[in-house]
Amino acid sequence: MSQDDHHPTDAAPLAKLPLDAWHRAHGGRMVPFAGYEMPVQYEGIMAEHLWTRENAGLFDVSHMGQLLIHGRGADAALEKLLPADLLGLGDMKPKYSLLLDDDGGIIDDLMATRRGDDFYVVVNGATKHGDIQEFERRLPGGVVVDHMKEQALLALQGPKAAELLEGIVPGVGELGFMQGRAFHWDGQPLWISRSGYTGEDGFEISVPATQAEKLADALVANDAVKPIGLGARDSLRLEAGLPLYGHDLDRATTPVMAGLNFAINKRRRAEGGFPGSVRILAELENGPIQKRVGLLVEGRQPVREGAMVLDREANEVGKVTSGGFSPSLQRPIAMAYVPAAMAEPGAQVKLSQRGKLFAATVAPMPFVPHKYHRKGAA
Amino acid sequence: MSLYFTKEHEWIRVEGDTATIGISNHAQEALGDIVFAEVPEAGRKVSKGQEAAVVESVKAASDVYAPVSGEVVEGNAAVADDPSLVNSDPEGEGWFFKLKLDDPGEVEGLMDEAAYREWIATL
Repeated sequence: MSQDDHHPTDAAPLAKLPLDAWHRAHGGRMVPFAGYEMPVQYEGIMAEHLWTRENAGLFDVSHMGQLLIHGRGADAALEKLLPADLLGLGDMKPKYSLLLDDDGGIIDDLMATRRGDDFYVVVNGATKHGDIQEFERRLPGGVVVDHMKEQALLALQGPKAAELLEGIVPGVGELGFMQGRAFHWDGQPLWISRSGYTGEDGFEISVPATQAEKLADALVANDAVKPIGLGARDSLRLEAGLPLYGHDLDRATTPVMAGLNFAINKRRRAEGGFPGSVRILAELENGPIQKRVGLLVEGRQPVREGAMVLDREANEVGKVTSGGFSPSLQRPIAMAYVPAAMAEPGAQVKLSQRGKLFAATVAPMPFVPHKYHRKGAA
Repeated sequence: MSLYFTKEHEWIRVEGDTATIGISNHAQEALGDIVFAEVPEAGRKVSKGQEAAVVESVKAASDVYAPVSGEVVEGNAAVADDPSLVNSDPEGEGWFFKLKLDDPGEVEGLMDEAAYREWIATL
């Protein structure tokens, strides 16, 4: 038997998460990911995935980069690198945005939150060091990037997350989707936002690394919470139709190709002036050549990243960028880039993987409906 | 009846000139939840080391190799219908295929059960 494992591995020595010992004590199977040893699963991806959809899952996302970008005119300076309206961004409201290169290619996707005059920015783990260099190189002298290495980042996701976290950190239930605020717990400062990357209601909690174990213990003390590994994190975000950097997004993709038009604010579309804006505005106007789509794959066999999309004449015209078996739907699903003409929901495509052909149908995303907590909703 | 294992984590149970082949308990644990299995059809000739079946978990795809050469006499339809059998009973009901051996002597080069258990303990 040969295993074709899809977790990226790094040759460099692996770092340890603040919760490393905690994961091992809870039965986490550790694998290399983004330069760290990280738990891929505890009891099993399927069970952990379904648990999160029905209860609450605790994810350790401390490999991600937490940055504080501050200094005079930080908002105006950051606006030159990102297509978001940061000047008009309300306080304490995390915004999804993209760090772009001059050709409009995506260097990373990120969440930026204005906290007064400062910006709290969370970037991907595998890209964080490159991002920091990029910010430092392109931001003016008076704007400083602090890498908050002393902070761990936990995510509590699922329909029971809000009630449960409210019991530990009173007040968090008042946050709406995409709102953040500072809290205190056990004498320690926490930064909590109502956000996540699973499609569920939930929270991301920035906690001093020295306190992470204590907080994780307090969370899993509740029977509705289980620790969840990277494996289920990936299948959850795939069902939620959320692109993953390094797989569905990279420097060869633009925000318009990726279907992330919502990240380009109306004012910025009118004014331009962000990296790659000439190309990106033209793509917004005329449509991109290729688009990211969801695929429902026929049969039971998963079609994975790297499989090719074929047209009627069997020419390779696109590529699967994420794919796997959906635990909620009990069928294989995937994301792919296809020519715009093949991107309408209902379009039939053929996929080629290891010499075998698969039939698939372009499907709207998310595959599983989002359950974010909208203000005013129950 | 003798049970042998490969370093690729297949097991092979030999009875006369027929062999049953599956993946080890260690292998199914490493793979996790099995969601798909493809088994060979009767009549297919396979040679030692050649891919004979496919097994996929939620996260990973693997080939199952023929540990010895021979002709497939049966693929396990039960496993194709319910791949989770590989998780629940990997070295029993979760077998993949049966072969008629070309050369019963080929199995002599494989590990016996004790040697395999000892070897995986070092992984």
